[in-house]
Amino acid sequence: MKVLVPVKRVIDYNVKVRVKADGTGVDLANVKMSMNPFDEIAVEEAIRLKEAGTATEVVAVSIGVKQSQETLRTALAMGADRAILIVAADDVHNDIEPLAVAKLLKAVIDEEQPGLVLAGKQAIDNDMNATGQMLSALLGWSQATFASEIKVEGDSAVVTREVDGGLQTIKVKMPAIVTVDLRLNEPRYASLPNIMKAKKKPLDEKTAADYDVDVTPRLAIVKTTEPATRKAGEMVGSVDELVSKLKEAGAV
Amino acid sequence: MTVLLLAEVSEGALAIDAVAKTVSAVKSLGDVHVLVAGKGGDEAAATAATLDGVTKVLFAPDHALCHGMAEPTAALIVSLAGDYSHIAAPSTAFAKSVMPRAAAMLDVMVISEVIGVVDADTFERPIYAGNAIQTVKSSDATKVMTVRTATFDAVGTGGSAPVEEVALSDTAGLSEWVEDKVAASDRPDLTSAGVVVSGGRGVGSEEDFALIEKLADKLGAAVGASRAAVDSGYAPNDWQVGQTGKVVAPDLYVAVGISGAIQHLAGMKDSKIIVAINKDEEAPIFQVADYGLVADLFTAVPELIEKI
Repeated sequence: MKVLVPVKRVIDYNVKVRVKADGTGVDLANVKMSMNPFDEIAVEEAIRLKEAGTATEVVAVSIGVKQSQETLRTALAMGADRAILIVAADDVHNDIEPLAVAKLLKAVIDEEQPGLVLAGKQAIDNDMNATGQMLSALLGWSQATFASEIKVEGDSAVVTREVDGGLQTIKVKMPAIVTVDLRLNEPRYASLPNIMKAKKKPLDEKTAADYDVDVTPRLAIVKTTEPATRKAGEMVGSVDELVSKLKEAGAV
Repeated sequence: MTVLLLAEVSEGALAIDAVAKTVSAVKSLGDVHVLVAGKGGDEAAATAATLDGVTKVLFAPDHALCHGMAEPTAALIVSLAGDYSHIAAPSTAFAKSVMPRAAAMLDVMVISEVIGVVDADTFERPIYAGNAIQTVKSSDATKVMTVRTATFDAVGTGGSAPVEEVALSDTAGLSEWVEDKVAASDRPDLTSAGVVVSGGRGVGSEEDFALIEKLADKLGAAVGASRAAVDSGYAPNDWQVGQTGKVVAPDLYVAVGISGAIQHLAGMKDSKIIVAINKDEEAPIFQVADYGLVADLFTAVPELIEKI
């Protein structure tokens, strides 16, 4: 079984986000970019399936600017076998919407015919939480979102999902799309020899036009602003003072 | 214009707080029809009919729609979509699974976690873990969106909208439900609780988290946790408050041993009163707290339980 893993190049999660003064977006010029953390978990799970003998090949796919090849090299260094880059934007500030990403991924999947797609549940830049579900809809496949455990059993997968109030287990027919949550696994660090080896692994480069997909956004960005800030209140010196303040405010 | 609102139903009961807040978010857009999906949802449908601003309830009593299964629920929405300008739902785990699927089937983008409705086409939503707010204008024929309910006040009850049954035609049977493991609790639901007590990495262990629970029980509060506490295994993931967990806006939020990482603040900064207890006076949580107490939580919290 082939496993396909879409990965996105996003601002590194440790970098402080700055809104551009002209309100056109978030400043991404000269900031550290990394693989979306949820996608790292998806890559790790795919590699574990291969190590367990369940998967035969792991293919990483990225869609965005040309520099996304760095993200794909990271996936290859972790253990993916080959990579496909679809260049769909020439500026890092031009985010491709989940619907367009899903259409491009569908085109790749029609060619590659994987048995399972493992994707991060959301990207930490646009926080849409949509690509996996949209891809699943376009393919007419089953979906399991927010996975914290995945067991492949014959032609189906038993997936435990993080839902409101607890966990839900469902059984999905393969081929399926599974989106992964934080607690599924802890992604490995790529070793230096594997980083060197990754440079020689195959990385195909395509464009959105190769797949005849229109990536024009459906949501025009009117403006981007800083969130309203909350004023710091007062410091209290003791539990007694805290209790009396809360009683005064009618909070307890 | 008419809005179709997918209701959140749990064990046959309407999640009334989430649905009433979503009605409040979208009622400026037109009539609101609430869709209750799943066999046994009769009572939920009847409750939805009482919400102010709801002019009709659609009830699909099909067994395949139980347990929030995404594929049939999305198919049901798509079969009804022709009559609606907007399709909305509270942004719960259920809706987050269903709505993007339905949107793609309709060839439209989904607008996730809406915190402001500017006009029929224009919406505000947080990006980058709440570090920026983006205003987007949709060019799609049908607007499909999830609503971050913490930002809105619930509508009242007293209405009596008609309830109409609708049928599900598409049951492809792609997925089957196996089991739900819902933590049994007498505490209020985290997202709709009036008081929330949360613990962070400072709590130090799963055993010591009992102290947080004890304070919560004293206050009749729900228990929350920071991502650091969840990642360290001190608390279950469904307690997580933050951008990657639940977004809450209670009247009182007590943060204990939580430093205040931006991703946590994104999940609680709309709370009315914030109390922070932390031994590190430099902790960023104090910058958003109404009342801050620099103290060791292991002495301050027992004292608070005793005196409050």
